[in-house]
Amino acid sequence: MPASPACLGRAGAVPRLDGVMRDADLSILVIDENAIRAQIIEEGLRAAGHVRVSVVREIQGVARTIERVSPDVIVIDLENPNRDMLESMFLLSRSVQRPIAMFVDRSDRAAIEAAVEAGVSAYVVDGLKQERVKPILDMAISRFNAFSRMARELEEARTELENRKTVDRAKAILMKSRGLSEEAAYRLLRTTAMNQNRKIADIAQSLVMAAGLLEG
Amino acid sequence: MSEDADIRVGFVPLLDSAILVSAVVKGFAREEGLVVALRREPSWSSIRDRLAVGALDAAHILAPMPIAANLGLFPLSPSLIAPFAMGLGGNAVTVSNGVAHELEQAGAVETLDAGVVGRALKAVVVARRGRGLPALRFGVVYSFSGHNFELRFWLAACGIDPDRDVEIVVLPPPQMPAALADGQIDGFCAGEPWNTAAVRWGAGRLATVKARIWRSSPEKVLGVSRPWAEDNPAALDAFVRALYRAALWCADKGNHAELARILAAPRFLDVDPQLLMTGLTGAMEVAPGRIITVDDFFLTAAKAATFPWQSHALWFYSQMVRWGYCSHSPHNTLIARDSYRPDLYRRALRGLGAPLPGANLKVEGALLAPTPVGAANSSLVLGPDGFFDGHIFDPDRIDDYIREQMAARVPDVRGG
Repeated sequence: MPASPACLGRAGAVPRLDGVMRDADLSILVIDENAIRAQIIEEGLRAAGHVRVSVVREIQGVARTIERVSPDVIVIDLENPNRDMLESMFLLSRSVQRPIAMFVDRSDRAAIEAAVEAGVSAYVVDGLKQERVKPILDMAISRFNAFSRMARELEEARTELENRKTVDRAKAILMKSRGLSEEAAYRLLRTTAMNQNRKIADIAQSLVMAAGLLEG
Repeated sequence: MSEDADIRVGFVPLLDSAILVSAVVKGFAREEGLVVALRREPSWSSIRDRLAVGALDAAHILAPMPIAANLGLFPLSPSLIAPFAMGLGGNAVTVSNGVAHELEQAGAVETLDAGVVGRALKAVVVARRGRGLPALRFGVVYSFSGHNFELRFWLAACGIDPDRDVEIVVLPPPQMPAALADGQIDGFCAGEPWNTAAVRWGAGRLATVKARIWRSSPEKVLGVSRPWAEDNPAALDAFVRALYRAALWCADKGNHAELARILAAPRFLDVDPQLLMTGLTGAMEVAPGRIITVDDFFLTAAKAATFPWQSHALWFYSQMVRWGYCSHSPHNTLIARDSYRPDLYRRALRGLGAPLPGANLKVEGALLAPTPVGAANSSLVLGPDGFFDGHIFDPDRIDDYIREQMAARVPDVRGG
């Protein structure tokens, strides 16, 4: 096997004639353990006119899927622990005959950095022209970013809700033990937080924990 | 956080990240004036990509990876150098209880002896084929890994063709014990603590260990982005010094319990510290409750365990050629050799009193007993470093070595 930097695997590149295939005809395989993100990416690809999109959640049996759908592009979460397994299939598997390289044009460092930053990794059939794959990669990157943003917002909302619940419990404790009104209890929490340069939620958390200890 | 770091270093959660982790946690890096940002990575592919785009400056990586990267064998190949090795040994081959039983019937008692177990395995492979059973399937952690190449070397030396007589698949190390228990694989070659975990969880038994296939053999290295190393020579030297001092700390038996606790923490391996003690002490649990002490199971300091021998790089290269991962040429041989940088090791450690081997390469497998060798600064004892089959690897005769190994490929008895 020649140690060619541009290709992996045993077989030679499948020659393709530019313009013979429309971009919409590219076969794209999305591998993602996260069902929601996989769906977001699939929708994006379909909205962009791609009809040959396959999605798998589990790496188990992926060699058969690759054989069946013969993907031109594989998009996978950079953090997926099974990427080593996937790459070994490209290297030596008897079932995956096609040479697959990552990113069409290695000189496009900015594109590669953006993909790594977003957590996307893509494998592309060697010899495919960059202008045909770039929109797919860009779409995957923006969808990955959108998903991360969504997940972050969800986490923030969850924390916010948790905090509000804790503050409510702390207020109730103060109202009961010190005979304060709800407003006075909140003012006390806020003043304490300001004096100690901490967040109200943190003060509330300490109070709830201390009350739990005293009760127990 | 990582924006303020002098060096950003990736690691995969394994026992042999010990030197790197303790260099940071025990303050050796700080004493060298370095702020290190450690980043845990889920796969070797992910580490490689981050090194390639400059999101990491260096990493704990598999010893063949810098060679494969410089030969352009990855989908994305960074330019890497290895100025420091992360210890010697540390792997084992674990088989399912069923295969362990078949090995026992074929005459292999639990000795971990690579020759005895290998002969029994050959008998098992032949017998299974005769009964029309599917070929045994072994898991390794990565294609370009010591695990893959030592497993293949061992199998081939025992008359088992690793591509034809068995199947070798890649799995993440933490998934190995469960895959073995489920019957997805019949055995695996991986680092600790995953062999011990498989035995403790009742999924299998140890067949042999890396130290019995090839004693004092290379496993992980510090892989450094070549552009980063060229731009930051002072930081690189300081980091190598910190790692060297951490390696001495890790080698002290009195520190093993603390080291196990550090590595077991959620942000590192996130496992029970007891799982790590076997690999650190070499008292290997080969079957539940049965211990065999393996000398040199995992070395972090003795026997120049952190010196990046170019003969190690060339041995890995010879195996990459042997199994069809790359073609052999004088040019590729030089790329492989120069991926390891003993000159940078010496540059960093000259002032530290560390024993510095005078040679860049050695004949591998030639030392049958501990042997004092020439070194600057202080005395150095190397070996034994034998391959279990008694063969030696002379890097000056690499062409012959490759030719002989390719010619010795077992003929296919099935005629296919």
